[in-house]
Amino acid sequence: MNKSSGNRSSGVITGVDVGGTFTDMLVFDSQGSISFAKTPTTIDNQAFGVMNALSQSDVAISDIDTIVNGTTTTTNAVLERKLARTGMITTRGFRDIIELGRRTRPQPYGMFGQFTPIIPRALRLEVSERMDSSGNVLTVLDEAELKQAIKQLLDQNCESLVIHFLHAYANPAHEQRAAEIAAQLWPNAYITTGHSLLSEYREYERGVTASVNAAVQPILDNYIDRLQSELAANGYANELLVMNGNGGMVSASMVAKEAAKTVMSGPASGVMAAAYTAKRAGIRDIITYDMGGTSSDVALILDAIPSVSHELEVEYAMPIHVPMVDVRTIGSGGGSIASIDDAGLLRVGPESAGATPGPICYGRGGTSVTISDANLVLGRLNPDTLFSVDNKISMQQVRDAVDQHIAQPLGLSIDAAAGAILTIANNKMAGAVRMVSLSRGHDPRDFALFAFGGAGPLHAVAIARELGIPNVLIPARPGITNALGCVVADVRHDFVNTINRPLDTIDALQINQTLEQQTARGRALVEAEAVAVEQIECRYSADMQFIGQTHLLNVPLPSTNVTTDTLQQLFEQAYLSRFHVELKEIRASLVNLNTTVIGNRAPLDLSALIDKSQRKPTLNEALITTRPVWFNNQWHDTPVYRRDHIPADARFTGPAVLEQMDTTIIIEPDCTATGDADGNLIIEVAHD
Amino acid sequence: MTKDITQDPITLAVIQSSLQQVCDEMDLSFSRAAFSPIIAEANDRSDGIYSADNGELIAQGALGLPVFVGTMQFSTRVLIEMINDEKIAAPEPGDIYIVNDPYLGGTHLMDVRFAMPYYHNDEIFCWLSNTGHWPDIGGAVPGGFSANATAVEQEGLRLPPVKLFKRGELDNEIYSIICSNIRVADQRIGDVKAQSAALLVGRERLDQLVSKYSAPVLKEAIAELRRRAALQMRQRLSSIDDGQYTGTAIVDSDGVVDEPLTIQVNINKKDNNLHIDFDGSSPPCAGPMNSVLATTQSSVYLAMRHIFPDVPINAGAFEPLHIKDPKGTFLYAEYPRPVSGCAAEVSQRIAEAVFAALVPALPERVSAAPAGTSGNFALGGTDPQRGQSFVMYQLSGGGYGGTHDHDGLTNGCSTIGISKSPPVEVMEQYFPVLYREYALREGSGGAGEFRGGFGIRYSIELRRGEATASFVMDHGRVGPQGVLGGKDGMPNSVTVWRNGEQYIPLHLSKDQGIAITAGDRVEVGTPGGGGFGNPKNRSIEKIQSDLDNGYYTVQQLEESYGVKLN
Repeated sequence: MNKSSGNRSSGVITGVDVGGTFTDMLVFDSQGSISFAKTPTTIDNQAFGVMNALSQSDVAISDIDTIVNGTTTTTNAVLERKLARTGMITTRGFRDIIELGRRTRPQPYGMFGQFTPIIPRALRLEVSERMDSSGNVLTVLDEAELKQAIKQLLDQNCESLVIHFLHAYANPAHEQRAAEIAAQLWPNAYITTGHSLLSEYREYERGVTASVNAAVQPILDNYIDRLQSELAANGYANELLVMNGNGGMVSASMVAKEAAKTVMSGPASGVMAAAYTAKRAGIRDIITYDMGGTSSDVALILDAIPSVSHELEVEYAMPIHVPMVDVRTIGSGGGSIASIDDAGLLRVGPESAGATPGPICYGRGGTSVTISDANLVLGRLNPDTLFSVDNKISMQQVRDAVDQHIAQPLGLSIDAAAGAILTIANNKMAGAVRMVSLSRGHDPRDFALFAFGGAGPLHAVAIARELGIPNVLIPARPGITNALGCVVADVRHDFVNTINRPLDTIDALQINQTLEQQTARGRALVEAEAVAVEQIECRYSADMQFIGQTHLLNVPLPSTNVTTDTLQQLFEQAYLSRFHVELKEIRASLVNLNTTVIGNRAPLDLSALIDKSQRKPTLNEALITTRPVWFNNQWHDTPVYRRDHIPADARFTGPAVLEQMDTTIIIEPDCTATGDADGNLIIEVAHD
Repeated sequence: MTKDITQDPITLAVIQSSLQQVCDEMDLSFSRAAFSPIIAEANDRSDGIYSADNGELIAQGALGLPVFVGTMQFSTRVLIEMINDEKIAAPEPGDIYIVNDPYLGGTHLMDVRFAMPYYHNDEIFCWLSNTGHWPDIGGAVPGGFSANATAVEQEGLRLPPVKLFKRGELDNEIYSIICSNIRVADQRIGDVKAQSAALLVGRERLDQLVSKYSAPVLKEAIAELRRRAALQMRQRLSSIDDGQYTGTAIVDSDGVVDEPLTIQVNINKKDNNLHIDFDGSSPPCAGPMNSVLATTQSSVYLAMRHIFPDVPINAGAFEPLHIKDPKGTFLYAEYPRPVSGCAAEVSQRIAEAVFAALVPALPERVSAAPAGTSGNFALGGTDPQRGQSFVMYQLSGGGYGGTHDHDGLTNGCSTIGISKSPPVEVMEQYFPVLYREYALREGSGGAGEFRGGFGIRYSIELRRGEATASFVMDHGRVGPQGVLGGKDGMPNSVTVWRNGEQYIPLHLSKDQGIAITAGDRVEVGTPGGGGFGNPKNRSIEKIQSDLDNGYYTVQQLEESYGVKLN
């Protein structure tokens, strides 16, 4: 338990983020003090770990005004296919849509791999009904058949139900009627219609999204119920809030209805915290780099707003098409394994030692050399801290492994071999970050790199150097960024309606009405939430394309009042800046209209994230030790500072190592770090 | 740098991934900016870097269409030879050649290749080249896939290598000749700009690499990486016992003469090399199922890459694969043999024959036969309601073969492609059709210890007006082969219901010009994958689960597996 104080006065707000390994908690108390804790995640029942984290706080649960929880309950349920038994009713002739997918394979090369549908075929039934693509009824819904199908699924012990009809985005009448009938027969509220989460065309993606939603609803509900009653028993009087994948929070009573939105909420929280932190530091365009044990997450923030996508996949052939913070996972983490291939070249990844058995240096039985082991050998990680956990492994054992697996085959010294692992790993990660940026049409050199996660600050400066990125920002608490995201998040609701018609056949009134309806729905939802907001902000955008194209471009709109001429102009501008191609000859088409309604919460002061009373007046007093650290093919005697002790306005040039409870920061030689009022370090990266 | 780059595995690894990155960025740039869905969404394109001396592959984008894995090195080599022989104009900085001639190292006419010399100090250091599938290139039928063309002239406009860009400027005269010979020409400018811009992205990124490492070091590194890739491929080949391996695949017909064509591949493994010939394959055919040499060779490379996906793609990886020119067969097409079916259909079947040959040697790396056809159904007509003509394509997947430890994938993409099929909801929006069914094709996966994946079954009805249907598919006569005791997958089937009467194409999987009117329906069943291993060894739980999910009838399962179910 760590605690520090600031000078802010309001209610007590607590963020608890449940990650794969750790449950992190952050409390902003009414005096402006901030305290935090890191406890192990309890896999089978995450609520237990949350309660455990809360018990670490000095603030009694009964004194907390707001608790916001980020959970991986639904993520794990989907990835491990530990789902509620779910039935599906579709248009006759189309029950196999969610099993057939879009004709793909897991990798471009290799004829291996399998796909398990979210709902098995035996639980997918068909009824007579049909709309055409304009929403005209071709075959009326056969209600007798429908009732029969519902009863059959109940007999097969289904807990949740999906109703997924073709073209329901164009006319939801049949889905709505079917849901009405189902509600009379189904014993619970776990009924999801295809159009309700996202009124967007594409039957596979919409169907999978609805299926995931239904299949995780009971699981999320159970978790929330358990946690709520535990909290209530301990005196928490208000409603729990839960993080969504769009980076916003939602009341516990509303979250299960759209449970699919929580599936990718963990990474989203971190990105929200990054946007919030960087904006306070005056930096508005950032690439976030969250490096963990098995993989790293990368996201883009433009003008302080995280990019959102509604076309993300959780894994192969598992699209969840609801608006989510656009976080891309790249395959390298601290546990990525280094090896020599048949061509005698050094490779890092894609194999990973993960958390178990993990890197050799964790002493959990890992025998393969990983990125973390290389960091240790090179003095970048503190051996005393690492080995203090359990003395099963010694530095010599790690060095021996590097020698045997890497150094000897390459004819290098152990130190040079470990250095080579980092060179290859950083090169690879930089390449992946670059592709993420370019695929969204942006040059990474126009951004600052925001590093967090346990391992992000170890590699960020080296990666920025590879990419030509000028600045790296390391927040005060890189290891608990997701929990911070829970605390700073706003209330948020997103809406998408498919139009999909040539621009010149649409009138401005229709555009205006659609956006206004979305806004009204959003406002009503924000007002129904259990959390106070200062103001409501609305963002509008259109997904557009040239007629004949299939890829979409998102175009921000200034208001709900836009003429089609303005739309055409905005689209052409956006197209030119993204693709560097001008196509004045070709007509545009309006595919989707989108509205985001955000209830902004009162701003929070982050300056107490590092306790001011711990700060020393000079940098020298923050020095813990000096140890040799390997940079640029040689050892350098490198100062090691305690992060919490450095003066807030410290300015110093690398090489340097900063250690703190939740991470280690490496400042590469010739790069200069400067502290700021919120405890961030902003590093100017030296480029050759 | 003083250090010998060939002895520096770290810098080599970094250069290797940097070259790969250049190609990946070219791929990305091409797809992002391309106009045609076939490039932008289906990724029917590829970008690479080729040797200045002989066009050999140096690096290629990871997400390029698999069938292009080796083709551009042939077209670049031909280009270099033609320049050396002064048959075409000598290159200057900023020039981009365009070529789609299949006989000059290509595939079919729709695959249009661009090639740009990359200069360093006034000398050509390497070539940058890319291929994009244009949605139309003229010829008898929209889209180019004529099922019964008998000469290449019927298939579309054929371009020898000519400079489309001269010193960076588009040559409008040549461009107007192209536009006058293709359909929907007004949209092509979007693809031409994207295709050339991708090469410029490659040039810019190569400039950075050259300035970082210097041209001589880079050149040496490229040679060393080639050597090491060859080493790596030989290492992999060493897991195959020396000896002779043979595989065959049967193509239904050439679309003109209703007779099956045989692909026979004979592989001799010796000294960690594969000596591959196609002796015993059918002679050149009258219809468009001939394959040009570049496509035949590329199909072998693509099959090997599916078997050993982790060997990096460059000319070194192909070095241990010695392919004898299959002269005298339909896999060595010469002018004016029609070739439109080679890239989409014959190439897959060649890969299938390679799989069939090698599965006994590498049972843990090779699956039973996959569906093996792109399942191309085209419907062209005029929509009376919109007063517009349309051409619609339904390309379909099928089942993959079972493997040594799991059942085959259902509705997988063709081995030579990586593109997604369009949603039914999109097709119905764009075209006057109604899907009556789009379903898993029950019973189609071949039985085995690990069964084949399932094909699909669809039924499409024309809602308005009149249209003509054509089909370029395959595996109609025999299904994808089962291996090591596994049974074959179900063959492809095509049925057209006209005025309530059933019409089955004479060639089963290939036909064109079938007139249909509103209310008529086209029904297609795509092949299931072959089974792997003796069905007797399949676990009863898996058999029961196949029954519960309605994948097979009780009778089918009892017959295939010799069990009694309740």
